Amino acid sequence: MLEIKNLHASIEGKEILKGINFKVNAGEVHAIMGPNGSGKSTLAQVLAGRKEYEVTKGEVVFEGKNLLELSPEDRAREGIFLAFQYPVEIPGVSNTNLLKTALNEIRRYRGLEQLDAMEFLTHLKKKTKLVEMDQALLSRAVNDGFSGGEKKRNEILQMAVLEPKLSILDETDSGLDIDALRIVANGVNKLKSHERATVVVTHYQRLLNYIVPDFVHVLYNGKIVKSGGKELAFELEEKGYDWLKEQKELV
Amino acid sequence: MSTEVNQIEELANKEYKYGFVSNVEAETFPKGLNEDIIRRLSAIKEEPEFMLEWRLKAYRHWLTMKEPNWANIHYEPIDYQDISYYSAPKKKPKLNSLEEADPELIKTYQKLGISLEEQKIFAGVAVDAVFDSVSVATTFKEKLAELGIIFCSMSEAIKNHPTLVKQYLGSVVPSTDNFFAALNSAVFSDGSFAYIPKGVRCPMELSTYFRINAANTGQFERTLIVADEGAYVSYLEGCTAPMRDENQLHAAVVELVALDNATVKYSTVQNWYPGDKNGKGGIYNFVTKRGMCKGVNSKISWTQVETGSAITWKYPSCLLIGDNSIGEFYSVAVTNNYQQADTGTKMIHMGKNTRSTIVSKGISAGKSNNSYRGQVKIIKKADNARNFSQCDSLLIGDKCGAHTFPYLEINNPTAQMEHEATTSKIGEDQIFYLNQRGISREDAVNLIVNGYCKEVFKELPMEFAVEAQKLLSVSLEGSVG
Repeated sequence: MLEIKNLHASIEGKEILKGINFKVNAGEVHAIMGPNGSGKSTLAQVLAGRKEYEVTKGEVVFEGKNLLELSPEDRAREGIFLAFQYPVEIPGVSNTNLLKTALNEIRRYRGLEQLDAMEFLTHLKKKTKLVEMDQALLSRAVNDGFSGGEKKRNEILQMAVLEPKLSILDETDSGLDIDALRIVANGVNKLKSHERATVVVTHYQRLLNYIVPDFVHVLYNGKIVKSGGKELAFELEEKGYDWLKEQKELV
Repeated sequence: MSTEVNQIEELANKEYKYGFVSNVEAETFPKGLNEDIIRRLSAIKEEPEFMLEWRLKAYRHWLTMKEPNWANIHYEPIDYQDISYYSAPKKKPKLNSLEEADPELIKTYQKLGISLEEQKIFAGVAVDAVFDSVSVATTFKEKLAELGIIFCSMSEAIKNHPTLVKQYLGSVVPSTDNFFAALNSAVFSDGSFAYIPKGVRCPMELSTYFRINAANTGQFERTLIVADEGAYVSYLEGCTAPMRDENQLHAAVVELVALDNATVKYSTVQNWYPGDKNGKGGIYNFVTKRGMCKGVNSKISWTQVETGSAITWKYPSCLLIGDNSIGEFYSVAVTNNYQQADTGTKMIHMGKNTRSTIVSKGISAGKSNNSYRGQVKIIKKADNARNFSQCDSLLIGDKCGAHTFPYLEINNPTAQMEHEATTSKIGEDQIFYLNQRGISREDAVNLIVNGYCKEVFKELPMEFAVEAQKLLSVSLEGSVG
């Protein structure tokens, strides 16, 4: 589904990603871990198409298409969803309105019929129930006055409604208490299918108790320094990142 | 919508038959303004003597006045002797089909979702009278007449209802009120008049749509709406279709009167030609709009969506005279390219327990300047007056300006005032967030702007609100890089 080859990216002339390689297949859950400043969020933003980041080298292929040539909105319409680390507030625009506009734009891109208000509301209600979210979130303005936890849950709700092929969760666990964490993870798990993939970016193993990854990659200083199965996350939790830093320096 | 559109088209076709336009000879006055011109104007319009006297008084006073310069707008001096003050309602050059009209104009109509038939009217294409227009128009007129409602052109009102006109014309905006109001009083050519009798609730939105020809005489328009005791009326002015006009200067006056327990709701969508991308051309719109809540428990509510004109100078106001009366002002003012708007309101609290609400949303884009100017005054005997003001500015890009000039004058210690003001910018992070959900840049801006204006749009009659949203997106087109 997604293949990243030797990806280099920089911001304001400073290189953050220094040759990333990995591959995600449909049905898989990948976790990207790493210490602060290792480039995890940059990778997520680059994949979503944030223009402040300049891709200097490398390739990203998503469903057979050159992702880097697409605008951020076309990437979204192709099926990439980014759950933001810091969801943005948009006063006056209701969640429902945002989601209806977004879903219909995505459907238009894919040559599907537009959903009318009733069809959309039916879809919205179903998804809200599925991820066990409060209906009240829907009529409120996007993230406006939301608590940290509500914002993160709102991202998951949007993900459920838009049904992306590839979901990238950027530190969705940060700032969540254990109950909110469970709700968020639950939502992600319910949306899992063999046609869809998830990339979870986090620096704690905690989230991975709830969202069990098939693969774990450790990002350090702009490169993936180690990949493994879910047991790698436990190893990291136990030994910290210094263990890998040392290992890397030895190499 | 479609029935209304049909009615519009039909009425447009039938304008002469239903007496919406005075049947005068086609004539245009030479340029310049003097007492002779005013006498000729009054004579052509077959006005009673009192009107001529009224006009002359206004003109003589106007001569002693200076053009105001306190507004935050800049323009070349206007030569008032270089304007022709009367031109008989002449037919627009009739085109045979839409293909002959300016393609840019047609593109805009399409974006606004204006029906083909309506597009023809706006573009000046001869419309085939294929509808059974007589019945609809007659039904409309009959229904109003049955209820005793008078709704006609100002010229007609002066001739047929002189007592009402004499009683109320200039009672809210005196002919000496300000420079532009005095000019308008001296030379106004036409406008609308509505009178809703005691206890009558006007069953339909009264609209200048129904008298589309009024748009052609729009240079010095005069509107007077009187709601007698317990009456209710909702009036719509303007339309979302861009209006071109060869007259650069527009100085309209609108007066509203609400007697005991009466309510007047006045909604405007103003979309006069704003000039081109480089700031060339465009209408100068100097408007005096004022409502008088004369009776107890009366209410006047102004809602405006201002997107057009090169210069907008406009402060729809309320004089809250009756005890417990209510004044409201909801405004969205959009400026783009080189447009300038200085707009706001005045709420003058004179009665006891009077309340006013001001919600102003300014949106500046391009190299435009957008100012909110508002006064809230509470006189000494106005006990327990309350005002809530909210003035928000939204900036798009970094070459535009937003300004707020609130004036508060409180002479009674029991007054309760609330004032909120915000300035915000559409952030790149907001746009990126929406992009990431599959929404294009332009749609993202529209979504944000419409969200920002929601409080005002919800005050508009339903169909107007939908059109206003589309209009906003057209007005802001190209404002985001």
